Amino acid sequence: MSGWIASLAMLLSFLVSLSIFFSFLLHSPQDRILSIFLFDWIPFGSLKINVGFMIDPVSSIMTLIVTGVGFMIHLYSIAYMREDISIVRYFVYLNLFSFSMLLLVLADNFLLMFVGWEAVGLCSYLLIGFWYEKPSAIEAGKKAFIVNRVGDFCFLIALFQILTIFGTFDFSDISRSASELFMKDSFNVNLLCLFLFFGAAGKSAQFPLHVWLPDAMEGPSPVSALIHAATMVTAGIYLLVRNHVLFSLAPSTLMFIALVGSFTLLFAASIALVQNDIKKVLAYSTLSQLGYMFLACGIGAYATAMFHLMTHAFFKALLFLGAGSVIHAMNGEQDIRKMGGIRSYIPKTSFTFIIGSLAISGIFPLAGFFSKDAILFSAFKSHSLAILFWFAGLFGVLMTSYYTFRLVLKVFYGDKNFKENETHVHESPPIMIFPLFVLAFFSIVGGWVSIPMISGGDVFGKFLSSVLNPTVSVDSHHNLTLELVLMFLSLGIALLGIFLAYQTCCKKRQFFSDSSVVGMRLFSLLENKYYIDEIYSLILVRPLRFIANLFFKLFEQNIIDASVNGTGRLVKSLGANLRSLQDGYVKTYAVSILFGAVCIIFLLVFNFSSRF
Amino acid sequence: MFPIVSWMVFSPLIGAFLILFFGDKNEKQCKRIVLIAIISSLISFLFSLVIFMNFQSSPKMQFVENLKWIESLGVSYRVGLDGISFPLILLTTFLTPIVLLFSWDDIKKRIRLYYFSMLLLETAMLGVFVSLDFFLFYVFWEAMLIPMYFIIGIWGGKKRIYSAMKFFLYTMTGSVLMLIAILWLYFATGFGTFNILVFLNSPVDPLLQTWLFAAFAIAFAIKVPMFPFHTWLPDAHVEAPTAGSVILAGVLLKMGTYGFIRLAIPLFPEAAVEFSPLLIFLSLVGIIYGALMAMVQKDAKKLVAYSSISHLGFVMFGLFSFNLLALGGSVLQMVNHGICSGLLFLTVGMLYRRRHTRFMDDFGGIAKVMPAFSVFFVIAVFSSIGLPGLNGFVGEFAILSGSFQSHFFPTLIATIGVVLSAVYMLPMVQKVIFGKIKFEANRVLSDLNLREWFVLVPMIFLVFLLGIYPKPILKIIEPSTKSLLLKIKGRKLLVKKRNIKKLRLVISEIAPRRGY
Repeated sequence: MSGWIASLAMLLSFLVSLSIFFSFLLHSPQDRILSIFLFDWIPFGSLKINVGFMIDPVSSIMTLIVTGVGFMIHLYSIAYMREDISIVRYFVYLNLFSFSMLLLVLADNFLLMFVGWEAVGLCSYLLIGFWYEKPSAIEAGKKAFIVNRVGDFCFLIALFQILTIFGTFDFSDISRSASELFMKDSFNVNLLCLFLFFGAAGKSAQFPLHVWLPDAMEGPSPVSALIHAATMVTAGIYLLVRNHVLFSLAPSTLMFIALVGSFTLLFAASIALVQNDIKKVLAYSTLSQLGYMFLACGIGAYATAMFHLMTHAFFKALLFLGAGSVIHAMNGEQDIRKMGGIRSYIPKTSFTFIIGSLAISGIFPLAGFFSKDAILFSAFKSHSLAILFWFAGLFGVLMTSYYTFRLVLKVFYGDKNFKENETHVHESPPIMIFPLFVLAFFSIVGGWVSIPMISGGDVFGKFLSSVLNPTVSVDSHHNLTLELVLMFLSLGIALLGIFLAYQTCCKKRQFFSDSSVVGMRLFSLLENKYYIDEIYSLILVRPLRFIANLFFKLFEQNIIDASVNGTGRLVKSLGANLRSLQDGYVKTYAVSILFGAVCIIFLLVFNFSSRF
Repeated sequence: MFPIVSWMVFSPLIGAFLILFFGDKNEKQCKRIVLIAIISSLISFLFSLVIFMNFQSSPKMQFVENLKWIESLGVSYRVGLDGISFPLILLTTFLTPIVLLFSWDDIKKRIRLYYFSMLLLETAMLGVFVSLDFFLFYVFWEAMLIPMYFIIGIWGGKKRIYSAMKFFLYTMTGSVLMLIAILWLYFATGFGTFNILVFLNSPVDPLLQTWLFAAFAIAFAIKVPMFPFHTWLPDAHVEAPTAGSVILAGVLLKMGTYGFIRLAIPLFPEAAVEFSPLLIFLSLVGIIYGALMAMVQKDAKKLVAYSSISHLGFVMFGLFSFNLLALGGSVLQMVNHGICSGLLFLTVGMLYRRRHTRFMDDFGGIAKVMPAFSVFFVIAVFSSIGLPGLNGFVGEFAILSGSFQSHFFPTLIATIGVVLSAVYMLPMVQKVIFGKIKFEANRVLSDLNLREWFVLVPMIFLVFLLGIYPKPILKIIEPSTKSLLLKIKGRKLLVKKRNIKKLRLVISEIAPRRGY
């Protein structure tokens, strides 16, 4: 029941965003903006912060993704969470999340966006730790929140800078006056954008703040699909795109963003190569795909980043839901080494999962092909260092298709690595299958809204052009032959990845011999995720705890408090000693009086003489 | 004019004396006492609401009452309120009925004396906030100390005598310094009056300010408490009964910060500006140090106590950055901290009354048996962490964004405190309400009873109200902080000019001797 109410609410929200979207299509580009003011939130002195919403083509796309994909995931959850006793709590959190995400996307100023930003973090915390009796789930939730807080620290500093410089948080005001207030590539604008980017990197799990996302897989699979693939983690991209005017004034920062993005995409993809948990593979894949989006932002191709954000939402949600369906079928098993050959048991799930895999690998004509290719093409022709980014992206394509198909082949094909009579592998109910098919459909056609080869085919880019500076989107005078060559190249690389996966998984051919020392080292390095968690624990977590303990035991208790107590004791013992003065013997008093009198006389005489 | 401020201040006292006429031998009599106590504090709350309705957004003192008292000394009964004191008054009148209701399940011995003390305490606290006469101020200030001493010493935990003594002696040290400073001020200026407004309007000679400011500052810093005068706080908070801890953290700590903003800063602006680097440094140390201490506590109540040190550090930081936004944020944050730390102490107290332990490791899996409680608990924790949309955020953000404009690096350090708050708070949630139930005793815990609902719901309501719609209270705070700041800013220029003069003087003195 609770699930249906929640889904209905999402459906309603989706219909509203759909109607806004269509009304935008009917209007001319410059009219594609709606804003409403609700109330004063923090009016103090010269500061006026409103609660108000603004929707333009960029946020319209985001709301469609949040509500559309969200609605599918809600439907899916009804069946997926059916047997959980806390299903009501689950849907409360899920809808709170959707609300917060919409708040984030629709906010017309930075601070309100920050409210949504933090609220999605809270929901993420609650949903990762949804099964709170599992210590690892709670630990993962806590880690996610704290790592995000580190990003938020930077976000907050950026907000302070914005307030100091602009005196307002309003997005449109800031975009309008940014070029007047900042010199291009000046120190200030770079500093501001850098802090904003670190904030974005926390939420979107870019290196080195990526550590929380793989652990976040402790949450239920639909949550991973909604929050940790399709929507929340893309908030960082949205932040960058929303403030592209600021960022384009800071080319050095953009270069840095592109570097971090391409590093993350390679770094995460390489970890994904050897993971054995079905959801962990997908998690690292998400990191890697987010890296692509940051790379796109970094080279100024904001529309392309949004495009990839959208197609990624379709196919990654599909993959996560598919993985959930697999886990459901396998009675909770997540280790791909204990699966294999289940294609015939769950044909619908495997069909849609393979579509998702083809889409993410970038196979023509699925969605991922177009969006990834658009990023690669923009990288190729952007600037001097771009060939490096292009190469990174291309290498990423190879790894992506390899790890995805390694997953597909190990799960759905090959030998059965489980006891058939113990695990009754079963197909999921229709209400779980339906969203899979819808998402699979969009994973195929989602990319067709932006086919650059056909003149005027970039419908998506045009829709966003009223917000995103048209000069940064793909210009029309590009070299068609070059683009076709690049396309075939990336398609070929993707197919090569699939072929390699086939060779290793089905033919058992080994490219790295596990026995060689280098191979072993490399393998264990990847399997242990480059030991990043261990490094953080060694240089951050444990020293902090050690210092805190040291201060408490040594400084707080033995120095400050001891000196306070010592003062008390001193006064007490002083009193005890002074008490002996008042011993009640007349002779003692007489001597004291005499002594006092002598002193007074002495003083008087001294004073008297000194006056003359 | 109806003396509404006095009625608000003294209606708890009337209740307190009424209570003395009733016995507390059986349950029926006890109930009657509690009822009288709650009603009299509610009446005070109602008066404060009436004031709220009629409060004008202006920097002036409002609802001023003036009666002659000891004319020969220039002492008068002068009370009134403005945008700085009124938010704290509202907080006090709001919190007191709640903690009185909460005490019903907690306090089982010497009930009459307990409620008498609590009501006396309320009157004293309100008195401090409304006093516009140093003499009166000091009377209320000291009057606060006695009931609190008894509340900790009689109804407290195991180490209650030690803690009560420590609390008393610490605060007394500060009070004595303050008394000396007040008398010094009285005699040095020669106005022949204790009227605070007179002192506020006529600046003290900058040469006198340093020592006077230092005396006031130490008195208030102990109350806040600022590092390194803070060690009374964890002991007092932990040993006090829950209601006492709520009042301690919620209102009594604000006496320190209120003292700074009402007296120490405006009376001695030059000295305040001069001392501000030191005070900012100490508040930053407090933010980080309090957070680190909170991180290693095993006792939930102690954790919350140390978190107060960290939070009050933000308030002090805001006060001494001398920026409008930060100053307003500080006043707001005083209220917010009162609510969220109060809420945390209440929830921890609810756990304590069920299990008679506060060690976090004794709990675990509470979400399963006390779902409603857990919701409130999590909201309290996130309010303390400063989640936007809840009350803690608005003040914290205002403080930090305001002070950022003049103090770049200090703000960076203070903002680390925002990260650390999650680091020390979330493990508490993790240990207490999440996880599996480890102890059989926890399996049978009952969820909130009706009284506890009545205690928590108004608090939570305020958590959301102040987070989402703080406009009404900001409108109260704004004019007073603005005029205060203008005053300081004006004086700051004077300082500079005077320094130049002083420098010239020095030069002209030295120069002839050197034979120029």
